Amino acid sequence: MSVCLKGGRLIDPVNGRDEVADLLIYDGRIAGGSAQGPRRVIDVSGLVICPGLIDLRARVREPGAEHKATLASETAAALAGGVTTFCCPPDTSPPIDTAASAQWLNDRARALGGARVIPLGALTRELGGTTLADMAALMRAGCGGVSNGPRAIKDTRVLRHALEYAAGLGITVFLQPEDPWLAHQGVVHEGEVATRLGLAGIPATAETIALARDLMLIEQTGVRAHVMGLSAARSLPLLREAQARGVPVTADTAAHQLHLIDEDIGFFDTHCHVRPPLRAAADRAALREAVRDGTLSVICSDHQPHEPDAKRVVFSDSEPGISAFETLLPLTLRLAADGILPVTAALHRITAGPAAVLGLSNQGLAAGAVADLCVFDPDEEWTPSAQTWTSRGLNTPFLGQTLRGRVVMTLIGGEIRHQSRALPGSPQT
Amino acid sequence: MIGDIQVDAQGRRRHFLSTEGMSADTILGILDTAESFISVGEREIKKVPLLRGKTIVNLFFEASTRTRTTFEIAGKRLSADIININTSVSATQKGESLLDTVRNLEAMHTDLFVVRHPLSGAADLIARSVPDHVHVVNAGDGRHAHPTQGLLDMFTIRRYKNDFARLKVAIVGDILHSRVARSQIHALTALGTQEVRVIGPRSLLPAAIERLGVRAFTDLDEGLHGADVIIMLRLQTERMNSALIPGAREYFDLYGLTPRRLRQARPDAIVMHPGPMNRGIEIDSSVADGPQSVILPQVTNGIAVRMAILARLAGATASEPKTP
Repeated sequence: MSVCLKGGRLIDPVNGRDEVADLLIYDGRIAGGSAQGPRRVIDVSGLVICPGLIDLRARVREPGAEHKATLASETAAALAGGVTTFCCPPDTSPPIDTAASAQWLNDRARALGGARVIPLGALTRELGGTTLADMAALMRAGCGGVSNGPRAIKDTRVLRHALEYAAGLGITVFLQPEDPWLAHQGVVHEGEVATRLGLAGIPATAETIALARDLMLIEQTGVRAHVMGLSAARSLPLLREAQARGVPVTADTAAHQLHLIDEDIGFFDTHCHVRPPLRAAADRAALREAVRDGTLSVICSDHQPHEPDAKRVVFSDSEPGISAFETLLPLTLRLAADGILPVTAALHRITAGPAAVLGLSNQGLAAGAVADLCVFDPDEEWTPSAQTWTSRGLNTPFLGQTLRGRVVMTLIGGEIRHQSRALPGSPQT
Repeated sequence: MIGDIQVDAQGRRRHFLSTEGMSADTILGILDTAESFISVGEREIKKVPLLRGKTIVNLFFEASTRTRTTFEIAGKRLSADIININTSVSATQKGESLLDTVRNLEAMHTDLFVVRHPLSGAADLIARSVPDHVHVVNAGDGRHAHPTQGLLDMFTIRRYKNDFARLKVAIVGDILHSRVARSQIHALTALGTQEVRVIGPRSLLPAAIERLGVRAFTDLDEGLHGADVIIMLRLQTERMNSALIPGAREYFDLYGLTPRRLRQARPDAIVMHPGPMNRGIEIDSSVADGPQSVILPQVTNGIAVRMAILARLAGATASEPKTP
């Protein structure tokens, strides 16, 4: 059977297409002009159809922290956010440092049939930063790359050899730059807010120094690398300079870094406790500019669901992170609404941008492409609350705020896996 | 973003968590009330019935002698019932969460909590969790605030110096880790102090401290020059011989208040210290015990100021003076 999504606005960041047209799906793929057989027609006029979102960093809390969330709850949250594919960093408990654990996660995800899950394997065994993990085996088990997650590799010699080894096998390495000594016991950006609230600060140099080191080693080893979660303005010239010299490096920032700053912590709002920390207004402006000019080719959710108790403690005892699958799309659209970049380019950062990092063949909405799709209402205003939320973790600083743009339907391989409201149309015509 | 919760929608003061954002009228109102309580301590029967029947819990997760004792005396002079709970015997040692401990005590019909905690924001967290009729006084949270100390220091300054608009106040020492300094800075700037200075080694001055309305100095003589009030801060022993400063000897050499250093300030300058003092590390004994020292009157004043704050929160008249 084929499906016709009728009258929607197609935005295809890969092929630079933005027009109102019908979209035909046949056998799980986007079909050319005319599909055969009976048709189900769904009227999506007034809605936008774009490729399903790809999120490079999301914690589903399995294995090891199922009291926070589960693969089942969070793949459903991903679909509710229009995310059809996401990567899981290896810092689970136990970590994803063997082919068996990667395989286990893949099998579980496949059995659930929600969003597509791509594990990132460990760069070093147990993320310990001393012994290389079995990278080739991890990749064979379906990992999208290797990473030490948020655990800094302190020994530069180990990092060098890890990158060399990965380079030789053509594996992409995902790095999160943070100097553990400078970050020390910090919980917020080192600046006026940290000083006011008496909270230990993390200076921007904790990021820039680690990034400079990483870039030098990426250049030396020639490994294909992706830098995760940049937060500081001063990181961006370093990255630009490396990219201009042809160093094979891409980078992302989390969506919340493009909207929130340290002042939003107000009086100890633990929902604004994130790592890297929310920084100053000038950092946010520089990150926005880097997203616009493509230095940052990816925006990710950095989804980190928590149980309420993780945030109902004193700020420095609270666990960092935001439950963010369901705000990724509206926060990205807000950049376009704020005039930072055109909507097609904004959507590029959450579709084609991350697809390129993962080396996924990405044909956008062209005929023959797998029909992983996100259908959203660009004008619907909604408010994150227990009633409108799918993720198990309700830990978001956007709770109670009005967001614009809401996912109406998410399709994986042509199948509707999430639908938030009834759409006119006939089951069969 | 979550806002300040110290004052409710009707302008009544519910909690006393920080001097940040407090108006000059509010501070002066409390200082005036404290003046009227000074005489209570000098009477033969040192009691007034303002908080009769109220239950105050002193909930201390960190060691304290002066603050806990003066709060206890303040509460008793107001005729409240006081319970002291110290962390060494508390339930948190058995894994109970901070909020569970508070909820249990609240179930015993506590009217007011006086809280000290080693982490910044603890009093704020508790204040957000208690029901409307329960009040929270912050007796020191991490590096964040120690507002009753801040106000008793304002009380002491006013007793000796009167007009804040003509004063240069120098705060000396470990500003980075000091909740006292932060509370003093907010109170002093609210009161329109002519100049507030912080003096210390660069590694103990917090980032962007000037944004709080102070001038920062790393040279003690320069910072003390012409000062009317000098507030010395305690250097915690764990800061000595660390990556932050080399050691006690060099610290005293550069930042210790000696008679020679004191001569940089105005001849009638007063010397304060919130205690506990490290003689020979941040202050020379001859200064601490000298004629310009008001360190012991600070302690005495602490009782009257804490009485005024407890009465303001749990007493009958709790309205905040109107500010434009």
